[in-house]
Amino acid sequence: MPFVYFIFLPMLVALVIPFLFKKVRGIHTGWFVLVVPVALFGIYTTLLPMVQDGESNTSSFDWIPSLGISFISYIDGLSLLFSLLITGIGALVVLYSIFYLDRTREQLGNFYVYLLLFMAAMLGVVQSDHLISLYFFWELTSISSFLLIGYWYKRDRSRFGALKSMIITVFGGLSMLGGFVMLSIMGDTYSIRELIAQAPDLSNHSWFIWSLVLVLLGAFTKSAQFPFYIWLPDAMEAPTPVSAYLHSATMVKAGLYLVARFTPIYASSEVWIWLVTGVGLITLFWGSFFALKQTDLKAILAFSTVSQLGLIMSLLGAGAISFHSGIEDNTIFKYAAFAAIFHLVNHATFKGSLFMIAGIIDHETGTRDIRKLGGLMSLMPISFTIAMIGSFSMAGLPLFNGFLSKEMFLTGMLSILEFDLFAFGTWGILFPVIAWIASVFTFVYSFYFVFRTFTGKYKPELLPKKAHEAPIGMLISPAILGTLVIAIFFIPNLIGDALVKPAVMAIQPYLYTSPTDIKINIAAWHGFLEPELWMTVGIIVAGCLLYWTLTKWQPIYSKFPNWLSLNRLYDSLMYISEVETNRLSRFYMTGYMRSYLVYMFTGIVLLTISTVFIKDAFNISFARLAPIRFYELIIVLVLIACTMTILLAKSRLTSIIALGAVGYTVALFFVIFNAPDLALTQLVIETVSVALFLLAFYHLPKLNRHENRIKFRLGNALVAIGVGVTVTIVALSAHSQKLMPSISSYYEETVYTKAGGGNIVNVILVDYRGFDTLFEIAVLAIASLGIISMIKLRLTKKKEVNRIENE
Amino acid sequence: MEIVMCFVIGFLFMAAVYLMLSKSLLRIIIGTGILSHGAHLLLLTMGGLRGSAPPVVSPGVTNYADPLPQALILTAIVISFGVTAFFLVLAYRSYQELETDNMNLMRGSEDYD
Repeated sequence: MPFVYFIFLPMLVALVIPFLFKKVRGIHTGWFVLVVPVALFGIYTTLLPMVQDGESNTSSFDWIPSLGISFISYIDGLSLLFSLLITGIGALVVLYSIFYLDRTREQLGNFYVYLLLFMAAMLGVVQSDHLISLYFFWELTSISSFLLIGYWYKRDRSRFGALKSMIITVFGGLSMLGGFVMLSIMGDTYSIRELIAQAPDLSNHSWFIWSLVLVLLGAFTKSAQFPFYIWLPDAMEAPTPVSAYLHSATMVKAGLYLVARFTPIYASSEVWIWLVTGVGLITLFWGSFFALKQTDLKAILAFSTVSQLGLIMSLLGAGAISFHSGIEDNTIFKYAAFAAIFHLVNHATFKGSLFMIAGIIDHETGTRDIRKLGGLMSLMPISFTIAMIGSFSMAGLPLFNGFLSKEMFLTGMLSILEFDLFAFGTWGILFPVIAWIASVFTFVYSFYFVFRTFTGKYKPELLPKKAHEAPIGMLISPAILGTLVIAIFFIPNLIGDALVKPAVMAIQPYLYTSPTDIKINIAAWHGFLEPELWMTVGIIVAGCLLYWTLTKWQPIYSKFPNWLSLNRLYDSLMYISEVETNRLSRFYMTGYMRSYLVYMFTGIVLLTISTVFIKDAFNISFARLAPIRFYELIIVLVLIACTMTILLAKSRLTSIIALGAVGYTVALFFVIFNAPDLALTQLVIETVSVALFLLAFYHLPKLNRHENRIKFRLGNALVAIGVGVTVTIVALSAHSQKLMPSISSYYEETVYTKAGGGNIVNVILVDYRGFDTLFEIAVLAIASLGIISMIKLRLTKKKEVNRIENE
Repeated sequence: MEIVMCFVIGFLFMAAVYLMLSKSLLRIIIGTGILSHGAHLLLLTMGGLRGSAPPVVSPGVTNYADPLPQALILTAIVISFGVTAFFLVLAYRSYQELETDNMNLMRGSEDYD
């Protein structure tokens, strides 16, 4: 089946959504939309047996065949896992949004168009085997996410958050494009599979590290890794279904997908392992630590998402170690990739449900501020149950799927201790330590989230609405996700075999030939001797202690200097780019024509003079010169005298007369240099020009009649001298280096025999080169028409205003 | 003679640029006038000044002045005249509307900042 066409199905449906929204007012538009993800989920489910056999499905259609650009849908274990997440969670989110968004008050047409666009883009990202189409869909996710975050566009915070996420993710996207282009040049192909096939050759290329870093920038910005996570908390201004879908389950995992997909290409590099693992761990710690500072339910979840994404990222990095034969039996690192994918699935389930619960609380109480909430357990028992399941899973407690993946995470981090390549022997001890500390904080904020909201004292006076349980429709989606959380704990190997192993095979294609080769069995119980068990016990003990003393030590968060935060850095970057560049451009865009002329003349002088001297082009040749005659020198002196008069004249009248004198002297030059036609034209035109100048002078307004010399300005004089010198140098050099004789001998020979004329200049003007003359006539015609219209059309400002008002 | 002319042309360009950098609109237009004179003389000089007879066919003459630069200059004179005339009327109209010929006062409106 050509699965490539299914990518575009949501886009096609998006086309008819506005009509359905306008015409079918009685039914919530979401019901029509719901069909799409459900149908796609069903279709993709049928592929599960195929990927379990280690096979894949490829289909394509050409986009720009001449450039080798096409849409290629390549479905293997990894793509299928993501496609199922996108459509599955998509269906639940659409169902939830039907009850969350009001049919009469919200612009549902817009909402579902954006959402479907996003769904198509996401499917495109995870299924594309072509670098360019992958980038195309990647940016489409950024744009649709921008539209969704700014859905309530009348709120300032929404617009701010949308812009911030757009700037950061597009920055990363463009970097990634750079990396892709380098990669495609290095491998001479756009296909990711072909690049993977030639990965060993690529690593020797000098661009390899550059493309690696650029691609990672794309992944880190999209997946909200340190220090680019700052857009995610601000993206929480989006409607909650959007937060649940984009900012927990799908879009933020696009970066993880990218890292997983490109691991076979880049994993041979030390830089890759260090960057992915290191940044992942920093993000994990940072996110979990600052989650406790937040008072907004969705902000807590946003930081928690950041932290969990860091966890998965660090596992992917550790999984890349398995490409190295640093140790004899590296099965333990194969474990890390497995754990990453497994946790990715788990995170999508519990985080999706937690976001939906946060939305329900917001919807039913009117606030998301954790300081105003409390004691909702008896009022909203079902929500409380689901929130508890999600939080305990996030904290990594037994009976929930988070426990399994957290155990595997700790195993993966401990195994780094055994890796002694690339200085990991020295620094490796940091990895499990940071992981453990971050896990403790994860435990604390999970408890903080659920118990501060649902237990304690009910404070009705602080709540805008009277709290009560949500409608059943809103609870269906989180309930399904919550059920999955528990189900995965009890039957983890079913998920492991069906989804995770085929995906791991896509990440580590060299190690396996079939998913059944992966000998990993998820078990909740390792035995008393395993260190993971005691680490988990330690997390629970330390976490409980910290949670009980939370009110005592939480004030330390306010001690962190505000100016040190990354948001502050982003704000000042924005401020600088807006205000400082504005100031900079105002500094040189003065609005005075003189400044611009100075820039231009200086540029001309510097460019020309430096070129002349760099290329050593200057020389003077005294050959082939005409002799200097006495009366020629006299005319030269007259010309210079007239010009000086213009420069020094006090009155404008004098300078106009002197300009006329310059014109007549030039006419004299034409006479002595044997150009009678020029002399005639010059005389006539100079006369008319002087008359025109006098006309303009006569009409000077009275107030400005007082005459004065041009004030001498050294800067102007320097620029002017520079231009004069440049022109002289260029003229001398050009004249001294004539390379070939003139073509004029042809005109002299044929002017009478072929053109039938005696005056060579006139014959050139009307015969040999008549086109010039035609358009010169056109220039004169345009100038005269322009002059007439300037004088005749006199719409003054006042009349214009009146005219517009009358209309 | 060509070398002398090169210096004269350089001088004309210098004067033209100096005038164009001043703040009176009329002087700027005078500057453009001198600039076009300089350019025309440059064209003529670069063609060579050695011809001894005007480029009109007459028996017995072989050493004509180069006719091609002259044709080019003639075209350029007419075009620069058209443009100068247009500029002058433009300046005249702006005196009438703005009541100033000071370029420093003719900045873009502050409203657009």
